[in-house]
Amino acid sequence: MNTQNTLLCPELSAESLLKIDREVAKYPADQKQSAVMAALVIAQDEKGWLSKETIAAVAGYLGMPPIAAYEVASFYNMYDLHPVGKYKLTVCTNLPCALSGGVHAADYVKEKLGIDFNETTADGKFTLKEGECMGACGDAPVMLVNNKRMCSFMLPEQIDKLLAECK
Amino acid sequence: MALIDTINPLLTTGWAKGDAGWSLKDYEARGGYKQLRRVLESKMTQDDLIAEVKKSVLRGRGGAGFPTGLKWSFMPKAAPEKYVVCNTDEGEPGTFKDRDLLRFDPHSTIEGMIIAGYAVGAKRGYNYIHGEIFEIYQRFEEALDQARAAGYLGNNILGSDFSFDLFAHHGWGAYICGEETGLLESIEGKKGQPRYKPPFPANFGLYGKPTTINNTETFAAIPFILGMGGEAYLNLGKPNNGGTKLFSVSGHVNRPGNYEVPMGTPFAKLLEMAGGMRGGRKLKAVIPGGSSAPVLPADVMMDCTMDYDSIAKAGSMLGSGAVIVMDETVCMVKALERLSYFYYEESCGQCTPCREGSGWLYRVVHRIEHGQGRAEDLDLLNRVTDNMMGKTICALADAAAFPVRSFIKHFKSEFEYHIENKKCLVDPDIQRAGSGFFKAGAA
Repeated sequence: MNTQNTLLCPELSAESLLKIDREVAKYPADQKQSAVMAALVIAQDEKGWLSKETIAAVAGYLGMPPIAAYEVASFYNMYDLHPVGKYKLTVCTNLPCALSGGVHAADYVKEKLGIDFNETTADGKFTLKEGECMGACGDAPVMLVNNKRMCSFMLPEQIDKLLAECK
Repeated sequence: MALIDTINPLLTTGWAKGDAGWSLKDYEARGGYKQLRRVLESKMTQDDLIAEVKKSVLRGRGGAGFPTGLKWSFMPKAAPEKYVVCNTDEGEPGTFKDRDLLRFDPHSTIEGMIIAGYAVGAKRGYNYIHGEIFEIYQRFEEALDQARAAGYLGNNILGSDFSFDLFAHHGWGAYICGEETGLLESIEGKKGQPRYKPPFPANFGLYGKPTTINNTETFAAIPFILGMGGEAYLNLGKPNNGGTKLFSVSGHVNRPGNYEVPMGTPFAKLLEMAGGMRGGRKLKAVIPGGSSAPVLPADVMMDCTMDYDSIAKAGSMLGSGAVIVMDETVCMVKALERLSYFYYEESCGQCTPCREGSGWLYRVVHRIEHGQGRAEDLDLLNRVTDNMMGKTICALADAAAFPVRSFIKHFKSEFEYHIENKKCLVDPDIQRAGSGFFKAGAA
């Protein structure tokens, strides 16, 4: 089964394809395209970012036109269509976070790393992004690490700790 | 963040143990899945079930406040394939209640969705979970596995002839998917661009099939409503505003967090529960229902009670119950600039008035904030909003316009000061200190 999948989609690992199959199973048999968001996340996790080739491979695996998968990849904010650093830090600067220091937290990270939003440190370790509401305004300032780990109450000491943790 | 202080807790009864009380056995120990069992074992009719929910006057907790029982009754009875969808795409700035609901008590939402499936005759459901809360999505998946293993999901639930399965769909960062038809498009694996309505989802929903979409908190309330009876639930709140509601309090309070109070609780009480104003500073303004709701000045807000009707009478919306509290250190032009940027960034681009209008709003507010405002800019902003409101497929254009109009209406002198003096009325050092990011005295 795995081998067969890998033949269908050599671009992605057997492990990733298995994860995609589990997502496909959530939807009616004739609605495989519903799994495209999850499949692109799985592909991004494996590759680090989504190249046009990777997107096309995902589309092919799900039996949809590459442009339809590209539309999805370019519509949702958390897909990375360009390479990013090992740690992508996204800081929420929306109003509720800003009232509790979200913008200051972003400024603090910028100064520490010497980069602006949408830039990557020279060593390829950190990319900084400005985020929109993450739905955790009570924990402000809030940051996301690599899309999946949420960090709350990010005052200077916590930011220092987080940056030190990222090896 | 665990709950600190509640009155008549219902939805938050399971939150007491924080992250240690979310699993199936904890939920069952609290009486969980008892209502599903009762519905199935008594073979309650769909009409009776919907009538009970109607009696509670539960109104949609996602923002629109539409009566839930009425929404359920719109579902065509005969259709062979129907869906129940939960909207946990919680991205309205200021709102963070559904995250905590799924974190501390995911099974109340699951039970509510199964019961809704029974009421409308659906066999399958999806919970669309906000992209940025991956850990919550994982927990919900785990809770689904528990419910499936215990026989609450799947074929012939608890030995009845009712079958229902439920899955989680994870978003990936698009505010517009909180709009119900944008959300459906997204589950179908497309860009989350809202659909024309009508047809409404009850007739043409997910995969073109009849679909009921409710907010997480709405589903979570269902087991409690059935447990106490619709009328008792209604009586917890006030007429036409049934039950309790979660309010997400953020901004300049001492204890930001979620607070569950009966509908009709005075705002002053909610503020007190959230620990009062940070540093004892003076309240300046409140956005009472998420960033799309018009802002209200302090004196107006202090006279409001927290329910749909009172807040509407004051000229705003209860929305999702996201209460953004601002004190006197806030520059209202800068606050509006941030909100306008958000709508500009999140407009899906489908309708010209929204796509172009949200950009105009942001750019004009931005130039006022940065000392380049012109005397005619406030009129220009109002004119742009005139060309947006009610002229688009979904409500995002209105959501972008409401803050602009209300900020200018209530804080006009601050905008005029900015335009004339090319700087903030509120001293930048005071603004900087207001966020609490820097320790007192530190640079």
